[in-house]
Amino acid sequence: MALSSDLDIDPTSEEVLLTFYRRLYPFKQLFKWLNRGPERTEKESRLFPYREFAFTLRNDAYLRYNSYPSDVEMKKHVCLLTPSRFEIGPVYSAQPKDKKTVRPAHFKPEKREVVFDIDMTDYDPIRTCCSDADICRRCWGFIAVAVEVLDTAIRDQFGYTQLLWVYSGRRGIHLWISDQEAFELTDDQRKAMVEYLTVIKNGKEPGKRVNVRFGMKDLPPALKDACQAINNSFDELILQDQDCFGSQEGYETLLSLLPDAKLASRLREKWSDKPDSPSYVKWDEMKAEVKNLKDKNARQIMRNAMEDILLQYAYPRLDAEVSKHRNHLLKAPFCIHPKTGRICVPIDPERIREFDPAKVPTVGQLLAELGGAGSSNTSGEHKDDWQKTSLKPYIEMFEQYANSVQEKQVKMDLSW
Amino acid sequence: MFQAAKQLKLQRNSSDDIHSVDNGNTSYRLNLYDQPPLYDVTVEDFETSALDRLRILAEIESSAARNRSWDETKQVTITQCGKYLPLNSNSALGIDVQAERKKDQLGHFVLRLAFCRSEELRRRFIRAETTLFKVRFETDDSNERRAFLNSKEFNWISVSDAEKTKYESQLQHFIGKGDLDNEAFYKVKWTTIPDLVEKRKVFLKGGYAYVPAREQASIIYAAFEERLEAALLATSRAIPLVDEDTRLNPILDNLAQGFIAGVPSDWVASAEHTGDGITADMVDSLAKKHFPLCMRVLHQSLQKDHHLKHFGRLHYGLFLKVLGLSIDEAIAFWRKSFAGGPGSDKFDKEYRYNIRHSFGLEGRRMNYPAKNCLQLHSAHEAGCPYRQLESSPENLQSALLSSYSASGLTINDLPEILAQVKKKSYHVACTRVFEITHSRSVKKGEGLGDGESVTHPNQYAARSIELEKEGKEPKMEVDFV
Repeated sequence: MALSSDLDIDPTSEEVLLTFYRRLYPFKQLFKWLNRGPERTEKESRLFPYREFAFTLRNDAYLRYNSYPSDVEMKKHVCLLTPSRFEIGPVYSAQPKDKKTVRPAHFKPEKREVVFDIDMTDYDPIRTCCSDADICRRCWGFIAVAVEVLDTAIRDQFGYTQLLWVYSGRRGIHLWISDQEAFELTDDQRKAMVEYLTVIKNGKEPGKRVNVRFGMKDLPPALKDACQAINNSFDELILQDQDCFGSQEGYETLLSLLPDAKLASRLREKWSDKPDSPSYVKWDEMKAEVKNLKDKNARQIMRNAMEDILLQYAYPRLDAEVSKHRNHLLKAPFCIHPKTGRICVPIDPERIREFDPAKVPTVGQLLAELGGAGSSNTSGEHKDDWQKTSLKPYIEMFEQYANSVQEKQVKMDLSW
Repeated sequence: MFQAAKQLKLQRNSSDDIHSVDNGNTSYRLNLYDQPPLYDVTVEDFETSALDRLRILAEIESSAARNRSWDETKQVTITQCGKYLPLNSNSALGIDVQAERKKDQLGHFVLRLAFCRSEELRRRFIRAETTLFKVRFETDDSNERRAFLNSKEFNWISVSDAEKTKYESQLQHFIGKGDLDNEAFYKVKWTTIPDLVEKRKVFLKGGYAYVPAREQASIIYAAFEERLEAALLATSRAIPLVDEDTRLNPILDNLAQGFIAGVPSDWVASAEHTGDGITADMVDSLAKKHFPLCMRVLHQSLQKDHHLKHFGRLHYGLFLKVLGLSIDEAIAFWRKSFAGGPGSDKFDKEYRYNIRHSFGLEGRRMNYPAKNCLQLHSAHEAGCPYRQLESSPENLQSALLSSYSASGLTINDLPEILAQVKKKSYHVACTRVFEITHSRSVKKGEGLGDGESVTHPNQYAARSIELEKEGKEPKMEVDFV
């Protein structure tokens, strides 16, 4: 794995973590976001204090059911524990720190943001550049398409607007949806939403994984839109960059997805002569074969199959389990990835294609910037130290997001 | 006569419109149960209406536990409804439809009182009631159904023609070759119909689902479920206020219990089933062919040890009595079974009295019914073996095999039965054993006939004997007597 040169600091050492949490981590903004508004009256304040935080300590011990009245107490405790990372859970019906003393029936997960998790390992069967934990600029193309498709679908079809995309620090991306309605969805509704958005199940298994139409029917309108969006990047991502069908193994996978056996064997014959011909040549040859089909019905079947192939190769592959249940935990934004040292920064979905995982600031880089900015005195509060570092644009983006969640909330309250 | 209405009224905040529903008349066969019964009922009506409804709901539950298909469940439910809670449409002649509907409504509200008490009970009640509603909705007369729908407010917005044109290509997908102008669409928040969203059966836009007319039923089911859930929660908060009534609480407790083991049935008058009654000599062969596991176990241990403890004698004795063993035969049977045990004097002194007592010939002179499954579930001794051996599956397996391998139970059937036991669906496990051992005349899912589950050991035995009499069940080659 390529680590940047300024990472001679161990991102899991106590010293590094302590400085990071004390001087850089945006606890205030985190509080504002999760509390969905400014200070609340006693009755309303069942948000932040009822929220679960789970810590992974440096010795890999896992501490669940922590909760805090506000960001100040939370920061204090985090600085004491210096966890290597932490996760955010749901808002429970009682304060999670009291879990042992309340009756189990009175301790239920009630609300939480709807979350989605996309992980590069689910793309292993189709990506040709890296595998497992590795990620490069090239595989980011898959994530970019996934974000575009999902972001559009959720905004347009579900009508949610408060979407926060967060880089997971290595090879994936998380989405947090904070709209009031999303925040209050039941597990059944969450499951429905995920299933609705899921096309590829068990993406790691080989073979045809797309099964979304019933008989000869067209794609449902939602997936038709997705197909259109994918079509725009399919050429560049799958055919040119990834060159998915550029090897014998690659094109055999493609042929196995074709329902027309005769057509597939004609193509196999043609391709076995020069198995390394570029993918776009093969794709065009396949298109030509389909065009030459005389039977209108057979042509339609092949067109459908090609749509399915688009989906199989570029539709977002979701880790469904994370999204289905309210009590699932997900890593908090701005944590440090323990292996790469990179910060889990928010990403603007409009500019997802420009995003380069390798350019995300690492904790080593940030501490160096802090040191360069002068006073490295260890005592006293370090307000807004982050403004001096390259974390600045990301925290600003996060603050803006937290404010948007908040403003809507206030407006809602006024309308009553 | 007393006023149950007083209690039921608690579920309503206002009783302004009492007069309009005073007599409980309803114009439709379908009911969303938004009006509680506001009239006097007898304690007896209070209990029977609920018990009859419970029989249906219990059958629906066990259908789910046994993975019956929707059509099978529907069929079973219709049969059960016909038996216990017929509900005819307005066009039915010569039937007091209002009386039927009153009973339907009353039963529903009594069960609400019984099942609002814990989350688990609420959840199960909602599921069973919704299934019942679905069955009735699907089988309702289409004209009456339309009138019923028009009479209620379901919070849907009809999609205008302008909007239809706007999303023409997308909406067309959901009606196939149909003409968009003639097909109605309804708009609801997507969160009200998650099941349709999950299957991509609706068009989604801006958080609203456009539901095609043929999926409209889903909105209604969702509304039914949602309203019932809210009502049950409200009832559960109100119920402490009625706790002072000692007449109703035992009934309600009993009803809540009934959901766990199917409805307790007092099995009586099986003499007709078995013909002229049975003799002491016949018991052993009957046991091998027709007894449920609980009674088989008692019979086997009686034969082996020549003794049974008090509760074993009580349960087995009452079972045999109801099966058709007369008092004289019973004394003969027990005397024979105890051979080698107590001497004749001791038997007369210590056991004869008990046997006569259980026949209603001594002491209180009460003709006791045999214990049903529910009572056997809660018995500490000599109770339901599926339940008592739940924690030691090996023992249950060997008991099942030794008792029923002669009637066709194989080792391959065991995992399924044990899975039901693990789910605490003891009566389902027992019913399944019945199906397997009577596979020549009973198909999977049919249970004791018409899909009924085992709720009483005598019901099990009587049905088994009946099947044999019908000649469907070929005789066992060997009698072990």
